[in-house]
Amino acid sequence: MTAIPLQPPRRLVEFTLDGEPVRVPEGGTVLDACRAAGKDVPTLCEGDTLAPKNACRVCVVEVEGARTLAPACSRRAEPGMAVRTDTERTRHSRRLVLELLASSVDLTTTPRVAEWLKEYEAKPDRFGPDAARLNESPKVDNDLYVRDYDKCILCYKCVDACGEQWQNSFAISVVGRGFDARIAVEHDAPLTDSACVYCGNCVEVCPTGALSFKSEFDMRAAGTWDEAAQTETTTVCAYCGVGCNLTLHVQDNEIVKVTSPHDSPVTHGNLCIKGRFGYQHVQNRD
Amino acid sequence: MDLRFGDSKPTDEERDAVDALLGPPESAWEGADDRSDADLRWARGGRAARERRDLLLPGLHALNDRVGWISEGGLDYLCRRLTVPPAEAYGVATFYSMFSVKPRARTVVRVCTDLACAVRGAGALCDGVEAELGSAEGVEVERSPCLGVCERAPAVLVVRAGVPAGGSPSPPLPETGAPPQTPYRPERPRPQTPDGLDPRRGGWVSAPPAFEERGSGGRAPSFGKGWAWGLPAGPLAEPPPAQAVPQAGSPDLILLRRIGVVDPYSLDDYRAHNGYTALRRAFALGPAAVIREVTDAGLVGRGGAAFPTGRKWQATASQPDHPHYLVCNADESEPGTFKDRVLMEGDPYALIESMTIAAYAVGARHGYLYLRGEYPRALRTLEHAIGQARARGLLGDDILGQGFSFDIEIRRGAGAYICGEETALFNSIEGYRGEPRSKPPFPVEKGLFGKPTAENNVETLVNVLPILTMGAAAYAAIGTPKSTGPKLFCVSGAVARPGLYELPFGATLGDLLGLAGTPDNLRAILLGGAAGGFVRPDELDIPLTFEGTREAGTTLGSGVVLAIDDSVPLPRLLLRVAEFFRDESCGQCVPCRVGTVRQEEALHRIADRTGPAAASDIALLRDIGQAMRDASICGLGQTAWNAVESAIDRLGAYE
Repeated sequence: MTAIPLQPPRRLVEFTLDGEPVRVPEGGTVLDACRAAGKDVPTLCEGDTLAPKNACRVCVVEVEGARTLAPACSRRAEPGMAVRTDTERTRHSRRLVLELLASSVDLTTTPRVAEWLKEYEAKPDRFGPDAARLNESPKVDNDLYVRDYDKCILCYKCVDACGEQWQNSFAISVVGRGFDARIAVEHDAPLTDSACVYCGNCVEVCPTGALSFKSEFDMRAAGTWDEAAQTETTTVCAYCGVGCNLTLHVQDNEIVKVTSPHDSPVTHGNLCIKGRFGYQHVQNRD
Repeated sequence: MDLRFGDSKPTDEERDAVDALLGPPESAWEGADDRSDADLRWARGGRAARERRDLLLPGLHALNDRVGWISEGGLDYLCRRLTVPPAEAYGVATFYSMFSVKPRARTVVRVCTDLACAVRGAGALCDGVEAELGSAEGVEVERSPCLGVCERAPAVLVVRAGVPAGGSPSPPLPETGAPPQTPYRPERPRPQTPDGLDPRRGGWVSAPPAFEERGSGGRAPSFGKGWAWGLPAGPLAEPPPAQAVPQAGSPDLILLRRIGVVDPYSLDDYRAHNGYTALRRAFALGPAAVIREVTDAGLVGRGGAAFPTGRKWQATASQPDHPHYLVCNADESEPGTFKDRVLMEGDPYALIESMTIAAYAVGARHGYLYLRGEYPRALRTLEHAIGQARARGLLGDDILGQGFSFDIEIRRGAGAYICGEETALFNSIEGYRGEPRSKPPFPVEKGLFGKPTAENNVETLVNVLPILTMGAAAYAAIGTPKSTGPKLFCVSGAVARPGLYELPFGATLGDLLGLAGTPDNLRAILLGGAAGGFVRPDELDIPLTFEGTREAGTTLGSGVVLAIDDSVPLPRLLLRVAEFFRDESCGQCVPCRVGTVRQEEALHRIADRTGPAAASDIALLRDIGQAMRDASICGLGQTAWNAVESAIDRLGAYE
């Protein structure tokens, strides 16, 4: 028996990417083709375990003949289409998206964003000192994870992971409209009064660190969080017979965070409260 | 789904409002107070539970109409009844501006502050209303985007929560086949319709509230100290729909020819004026030939995008997936637009007939009419008309004995401009937040409930009637070769006779403004609404066609022609446009969500500046505008910079 489910062979779709012919399996996206061709297209709201929401628009590419730019993460490859990834228009939109986000959201814990800001010569300060920001303070209402919505770019990944794409708990939703839209549970209540089951699968997919383990949040606040000093060990969860893969992030001989490999055929990155947060007994040295 | 519902209980009033829509709960699992042994053997899950999700929006309306806001207990009860996760329902409730999740007075006075009203003294009206009623008990004053009664600007909408007129739950009126024998009166009490109260049938319309709209109709009203608003106890007498049509009664009219001539509450009157001849012709031709006629007539969508209607119908009709749906987009919210409202209020049967023809052509048995939440009178006329058409066999099974069945459900919007976007409208009907979907797939392939859907604007649909009665060739002879047929124009602002005008395509802007009476101090004309563009007073020779406006570098949009004189500073109007887009952005994509905020901020900074002092912010605006136009998901973000750009480039607003 194979651990990787085999799928029927798929036809290949051929199109041109920056003038070069490329082929992706039918149903594949422009982003798949970009990655296969080794092109680095920035992404934020795209997630390897989730259907693309294409809300952030940082991955836009130019499709010949189209009036507007297209999100590479969700535009399916069509035979014969001509796509350009690095034109003045795509660079402009990517730069603006980065500037708009960086001027309104705290992106300090978003991986790679500093590099992209530099690459696209983004200057978030040019909207002036009075540019509106989210101005949210961290919500610490339970012992397991923290919601710091000042860092939220509204990518919808946590909502999708909590809802029908993975957990089916439907504990959170986007609430409000426009710039005032936020992620919240019903009636803006604390998490402890919601349908949250603390699986932490939202934390797993959060691209900006808006959702983080309480342990990580506290260590960052204390200035002791040091990713370079952490080791990652993938093991099997010992709680039940499902056999979920856990990746233990360890710093100074303490487990500080638990994730799961996104390519694990058992979990696809998802865990339950026990695997995700129930590690304290391992560290109990009494 | 294993959902968690809160412990908060609904009040009797809230329970009553929801039960009036959905019927009493079948089990304690669905929120009934008393548990019984039968509950131990009761289950509703899977599809049976989930497919009632589309009743969420009508349910929220039911709560809001009854108590004026949506409480925790009320929302939780509704969620229990419909098996909807409370977090998602809360997300939906907070999406719409007509709903409040905080306690709110039962009477809400919404004063329009949008462009057409601003040009006609909305500022003074707003200050006056706020001064008079701001501290009044049980009344709340809210500033509102365009209310769609621009011909009577400045406008106010009074929304009163409570038991609908006639008491509720009231027994449904018996449906009779007899035609109403009442003579035409312009204004009459709201007819009782059975649709909203009977959960067994298709018409899931929440009971409309007793509310009324009112435009003061005068220019720049003054509010002296002694002026008492004195909210009336009952519905106000509204001027008849024909008053919005200065050409009413003219024999040259095609689309508006019945407005003011027929009684909108009389099906017989409609039939006596050529009603239902187009449907008979459609049945004689067959669906494929109807689509051919519409294609040959060159009809294109009148909502603003100008997509060929025949092609849309053909694409929907040929989809193998079933069922097919027909959706009428009556959510006109573009500031300055009121054409659909006048059509629905003055000639509702025309829309029902054309929807029936469209459904016949695309093979749909079920049609949705998504009506703007701010249109109480259109809701009344349409509910009545649909009830009458059903009673007379013009909707329902076996229409006109032709073996074709079709019915229409009205769904009320709740204050969201974005829901006029076709895919956002689907989400809204389905009970989700009204956020646009990404295309492809297009609605003709995967639309409402994921099924092939033809969605058309009210004006587009109504054009189908003359196409069938006069024939495609005669219809195509009207207008220009590329823009065929008659076109409605919503003329508002600084003109002597604001209102809805019908002209054949090809008339110039000057022709139209000549009819409406141009002022001497004309400063600019806004074409196409907030998503459109400004033109100068010396450009009155622009032909009002899709190709003519495109050549002139502007847009026809939904047919808004808003004349602006020099009484209001242009930068203030631009700021209002920017505020509108900031308020109405759904928040889904970054360019629009943050870009509209940054656009407004920059316009604030240069409100009093010109020339070099404004140059850097104008460059910033261009950068933001380009990204919004290129990278936004839907038309809202893509057009949010149009009007501002045209004011800078065409009018020299900051020079």
